[in-house]
Amino acid sequence: MKQTLFDKVWDSHVVQSIEKGPDVLFIDRHLIHEVTSPVAFLGLKNRELSVLYPKRTFATADHNTPTINQHLPVADPLSRNQLKALEKNATSHGISYWGLGHEKNGIVHVVGPEYGITQPGATIVCGDSHTSTHGAFGAIAFGIGTSEVEMVLATQCIMQSKPKKMRITINGSLNRGVTPKDVALFIISKLTTSGATGYFVEYAGEVFEQLSMEGRMTVCNLSIEMGARGGMIAPDKKTFEYIKDREFTPKGTDWDKAMKYWKTLFTDEDAIFDEELVFDGSKIDPMITFGTNPGMGMSITKNIPKAENVEGSKSTYKKSLDYMGYAEGESMLGKPIDYVFIGSCTNGRIEDFRAFASIVKGHQKSENVTAWLVPGSHKILEAIKEEGLLEIFNEAQFKLREPGCSACLAMNDDKIPAGKYAVSTSNRNFEGRQGPGARTLLASPLVAAAAAITGKITDPRTLI
Amino acid sequence: MAYDSFKILKSTAVPLPIENVDTDQIIPARFLKATERKGFGDNLFRDWRYNQDDSPKENFILNNSTFSGEILIGGHNFGSGSSREHAAWAVYDYGFRCVISSFFADIFRNNCLNIGVLPVQVSARFLSELFEIIQKKPNTELEVNLPKQTITISTTGSSESFDINDYKKENMLNGYDDIDYLKNIKEDIQKFAQNTPL
Repeated sequence: MKQTLFDKVWDSHVVQSIEKGPDVLFIDRHLIHEVTSPVAFLGLKNRELSVLYPKRTFATADHNTPTINQHLPVADPLSRNQLKALEKNATSHGISYWGLGHEKNGIVHVVGPEYGITQPGATIVCGDSHTSTHGAFGAIAFGIGTSEVEMVLATQCIMQSKPKKMRITINGSLNRGVTPKDVALFIISKLTTSGATGYFVEYAGEVFEQLSMEGRMTVCNLSIEMGARGGMIAPDKKTFEYIKDREFTPKGTDWDKAMKYWKTLFTDEDAIFDEELVFDGSKIDPMITFGTNPGMGMSITKNIPKAENVEGSKSTYKKSLDYMGYAEGESMLGKPIDYVFIGSCTNGRIEDFRAFASIVKGHQKSENVTAWLVPGSHKILEAIKEEGLLEIFNEAQFKLREPGCSACLAMNDDKIPAGKYAVSTSNRNFEGRQGPGARTLLASPLVAAAAAITGKITDPRTLI
Repeated sequence: MAYDSFKILKSTAVPLPIENVDTDQIIPARFLKATERKGFGDNLFRDWRYNQDDSPKENFILNNSTFSGEILIGGHNFGSGSSREHAAWAVYDYGFRCVISSFFADIFRNNCLNIGVLPVQVSARFLSELFEIIQKKPNTELEVNLPKQTITISTTGSSESFDINDYKKENMLNGYDDIDYLKNIKEDIQKFAQNTPL
């Protein structure tokens, strides 16, 4: 039978199929962090269960960590307590733990690929919806709740019904100034935040083939923002080159054996998808969001749609624009902004900082703008220094912070004040996401850079 | 038993006719710092429910004593965004045992089922009917019947059936969860794991 990439990986991990119920799915690798794991460990304790395969779980601290002075004790007692709980839970169960200050510390979805934990054909879960990032390597990766974290710790399995399959093909090539983030925001604007709910997405076509692994991660990362369980891209030469010789990837004959399997991971010709969508990559512009969910995005040169032309509840749409302080029909270009945030599991990788540097080089940060540059990991922080990007940032009056999730979800002190506008390379513009009352505009690192030096929404193509 | 069993729920309901309610609204990230599962109900819809000085926002539905009950009714695409199970915990801890919408986000739906909150997906037409009748008569009682898989408006008799797979239904009826099941097939899992390279 003709199989999709998704079928091949899913079906090979089914321990048991329950009639009129879910599949019992074996999980190869499990990532945990401080926020969604403590109650799962508590559950284990209450049920007197142990961790079945501790070597298959990896812990890093990221969601709730400060991004300055990481060498000092964490000031907030609740955050400190949560970080301590992760350390205690991980170490007492024999789980590798990359805590604050550890050289391998960083955002869970950034360090997974960096150290080769993420591999093609694997099933990967984490108590975080952006686990879909790892699909860039041809893995089935998705976010789970804390009850499921407990299941994976105790049994290395979860129970889920097999999702439907969608393929999104984008042919052609991207224009100058258009980045993987724009591709993702474009797709979400077409599908809405619920358009792929119930589906697992495969991205195919020339545009994705041309993207770097970092770019593919950005696109897969945002799969959840259109409701998809996850998104994946068939592994190719680029994938294998990226993962080769990383700490947790197979070596020697194990590598050869793995490669043999990985090379079978593609969608067979004539395999059937439940839904197929095709777009033209050359029609995509730099994107920006104007509302309070990631589906409310558009080309940076367009005007905010009128309520009458929008599907769904008009009152919800108007509530959203009111929150943002915008009106229907307005242009986004030239609108003043207060904050810029570069970082997160969406756009906190080295390529994103290179892109940001390419625009700000030789310019100065706008005096009205507060900018937070937060690398996704220590490895990226080091690369920024080694590649000379730090000098460019410093000359342009930008300061670099230490790794973590930071203002993406504003659990730590990196909160955008109420009413302020932030251009963010992160993944969610929900009300209050970046701090109570904060107004978020999602965009690429290039759009963020253009905003950071001009103090307003600016088409980055005018600065390239 | 992992949580209270769910059979038939008769209750009034709280209507929240907003679409795309995301889990950041249900429980904002700054309230996720706990290491135990308690107290989340106090912060359910925190920023829609309270001003920044912690005074209640009078026009928010949870601050309107006219509406109460164990059923929450939300607009299309309820529970999108973050996978935080804390959102389902907050809904449960506040006192809701059932959430009704015309469409649920996947992870939120799963999280609800895993902790004993029943997500009931109804048609868009039935959802509008529910919103309308409850706005007019807030004391309208709904019956959510899990064995029969029906939801009925007691005053009008208007009714609709809803889907739930047999496995999850059995779990909800008995208060079992997936770990109860998985523990019993541990040997199969271990056998499977032997052929799965790390």
